[in-house]
Amino acid sequence: MPDTGDEMTCRELVGLITDYVEGTLPAADRRRFDEHLETCEYCANYVEQMRATILALGELPEESISPRVRDELLDAFRGWKSP
Amino acid sequence: MEGLAQSQVELLEALRAGDEAAFARIVDELSPGLMRLARVYVSTDGAAEEVVQETWIGVLNGLDRFEGRSTLKTWIFRILVNVAKTRGVRDARSVPFSSLDVTAGEDRALDPDRFFGDHTRAPGQWSIAPAPWPEDAVWETDALRLVRDTVDGLPRAQREVITLRDMVGCSAAETCSALDLSEANQRVLLHRARAKVRAALERAFDEMGPAS
Repeated sequence: MPDTGDEMTCRELVGLITDYVEGTLPAADRRRFDEHLETCEYCANYVEQMRATILALGELPEESISPRVRDELLDAFRGWKSP
Repeated sequence: MEGLAQSQVELLEALRAGDEAAFARIVDELSPGLMRLARVYVSTDGAAEEVVQETWIGVLNGLDRFEGRSTLKTWIFRILVNVAKTRGVRDARSVPFSSLDVTAGEDRALDPDRFFGDHTRAPGQWSIAPAPWPEDAVWETDALRLVRDTVDGLPRAQREVITLRDMVGCSAAETCSALDLSEANQRVLLHRARAKVRAALERAFDEMGPAS
């Protein structure tokens, strides 16, 4: 495909992906991004994998403080207003 | 937004009036995220819990002076960062905090060899294209462990941002405010961090063989 200068390359798309998913990409670039994505299955894979990565990051098990520390904090709160 | 601001005012009033249930609620809501961020600065869960505990004591000490220039949530995360930094000074083994530009230096999100060079027939196109991943593979225990380990190995500034954004679920604005970052720097750090986690998963899935 000849490079017309306006078409987004794969390299450029990968560099802009965070702006794209953050919604901070200017409208013209967003359109070029979407146009490239429609015709390039590799970049579609990349975007899909990035979305899966972000979802996986949000799925990691999380820990909170232990009940003992929580109780100590509630004690501290009770003591806080009544010195 | 107005509803959020309103509920924040009500929460602040409740806390200042000594409403223990309100305090318990916010402790339960924010402590998992605080534990996450604390682990960026200290190397054990026990130490992270101490940082979080110290943070909540700092919240109580500062609550009457809180002016609401940031949200209560980002103010509390800022206190945690300060507590962790103070602790870092105390513990010689901890990595020193740097005030250098966190986005400086060559730190490419993706290997440039993945694309054809400028003086080739297909400049800027994939030379090693991303292959589809096996269905649902990212949800496997091994993959999630790899995600966690990769985040743990990131440079601190990238780790702070990806932790708050993608693991704790803070907005870009909250993250900038909690970490004292410009929006542009926040985005650069997030971009690099996410790209490295994706690349780690890609390497692992490539070793498993082609998708069926």
